Amino acid sequence: MPSISRDEVAHLARLARLAVTEDELDLFAGQLDVILQAVARVGELATSDVPPTSHAVPLTNVFREDVLRPGLRQQQALAGAPAAEAGRFRVPRILGEE
Amino acid sequence: MDYAEVVERFDPVLGLEVHVELSTNTKMFCGCPTTFGAEPNTQVCPTCLGLPGALPAVNGKAVESAIRIGLALNCEIAAWCRFARKNYFYPDQPKNFQTSQYDEPIAFNGYLDVVLEDGEVFRVDIERAHMEEDTGKSLHVGGATGRIHGADYSLLDYNRAGVPLIEIVTKPLEGAGERAPEVAKAYVSALRDLLRALDVSDVRMDQGSLRCDANVSLKPKGQAEFGTRTETKNVNSLRSVERAVRFEMCRQGAVLAEGGRIVQETRHFDESSGSTSAGRTKETAEDYRYFPEPDLAPVAPSTEWVEELRATLPELPWERLKRIQGDWQLTDAELRDLVNAGAVDLIAATVDAGSSPAEARRWWVAYLTQQANTRGIELVELSITPVQVARVIELVNGGSLTNTMAKDVVDGVLAGEGSPDEVVEGRGLKVVSDDSALEAAVDEALAAQPDVAEKIRSGKVQAAGAIVGAVMKATKGQADAKKVRDLVIARCGG
Repeated sequence: MPSISRDEVAHLARLARLAVTEDELDLFAGQLDVILQAVARVGELATSDVPPTSHAVPLTNVFREDVLRPGLRQQQALAGAPAAEAGRFRVPRILGEE
Repeated sequence: MDYAEVVERFDPVLGLEVHVELSTNTKMFCGCPTTFGAEPNTQVCPTCLGLPGALPAVNGKAVESAIRIGLALNCEIAAWCRFARKNYFYPDQPKNFQTSQYDEPIAFNGYLDVVLEDGEVFRVDIERAHMEEDTGKSLHVGGATGRIHGADYSLLDYNRAGVPLIEIVTKPLEGAGERAPEVAKAYVSALRDLLRALDVSDVRMDQGSLRCDANVSLKPKGQAEFGTRTETKNVNSLRSVERAVRFEMCRQGAVLAEGGRIVQETRHFDESSGSTSAGRTKETAEDYRYFPEPDLAPVAPSTEWVEELRATLPELPWERLKRIQGDWQLTDAELRDLVNAGAVDLIAATVDAGSSPAEARRWWVAYLTQQANTRGIELVELSITPVQVARVIELVNGGSLTNTMAKDVVDGVLAGEGSPDEVVEGRGLKVVSDDSALEAAVDEALAAQPDVAEKIRSGKVQAAGAIVGAVMKATKGQADAKKVRDLVIARCGG
């Protein structure tokens, strides 16, 4: 009984902007299922007195002073951009014709 | 659908999301400046551009502001909370995610009491206030409207990306009925006043430092469950908040009345037409694949810290109004009128500059309100400052201006002729108090109208008016009318 469906894989692929073929949907659904089942085994070990870990170091309240620091000049900022125009990053059309 | 019909058949439910840009010196997670209006991409660094290897660091001042906002909104402050990544693919965040908070907001469960124009109080329950970062600004090129739809490509300026943002979300507001648009506007207005008092933001809706997204849904009268909602964005003024809610109510009413379905979507408010149009279909929260931000330590404000911050809260707007009402001895209705006219701050500043509340109030609500109305602008937009008004009042009280002349002086200031003293000088406005000059003018007027003079001499004192009028005319209104009258009667042996 797979815990992840073809439709869910298709949905995830869309969110991740991945072009996945029909055949791949079946392939990945099966593979992801194996991965999920492997990860789920952790649940067998974790008990209620072990809180989920989101941070490796037990730190809180790590704050920075509200003081300006030098950043990049416009030219430097745009240096790595595939395309730039009028001091701005130029990106392809964001929404298709809908 | 006609608005009256909508509110007769449906109950509106509102949810308002207000984004406030904090006026900290630096961004939320890096040391870049937050100043509005700089050249594009000149306030950026590897962190806010999402360059590989760059790590964020939380601006402590922004956390303080968030807590103070939460406290002023009567919220509980989280003892422990985390940042989260909200993943999506629009290029307004170069990182492909926005650092926000998900199910652990810094402040939650509060309320704000909102006073409507007629004095009715509507309590708006606050669901949460959380910390996040602003996005960059997109410029859509090509297509007819400059909107994202139909654009050929887009240009991104990341100066704004990473500016500290507090998102304040209300609980669903029910029961406002036909007053829903008004409640929405009054809420945003009250929130703006509160944030201004806290001095945490410029709260400039025109510059985007205060933005409102309005969620609206309708449910048939008597139905318990909510209808499908839409979220209207690009609502950039208080007036637009009201118009956008009203428009959405009418639009949805029409769709529902024809048996149609409301699509859950983001809609775009168009200022010029006052209408909304469909934007993107809304993602569900799951689609954003939120997860705790591993690069930022959790925020755990101690009780001591929270109480320290509570002690820094200034006099809040409603406390201030209460004090002012007492100080100025106003009835509820009088106070409300001043609030609705946007006159409270102006009068208060005039009082601070030395005038009595009664005098300051008289100038602002009478002559100056008239001038603002004539020009079709708000009181605060008049080109006269409270300090200048106070100076005019001082000149009247000192006897160097009559009330008529004072209005002339104010006209001069409004016309850009300079300060009150400069206008007095420039227009040659000075009360003629020199007795010999006045006496000469009186004698001249008496001589010019011998028949009137005779009447006064024979005891018909009321005839003096004609002479007073002539003297006032001769002195261009710069004499004190009462004094002139006394003089006329004295010269006629009265």
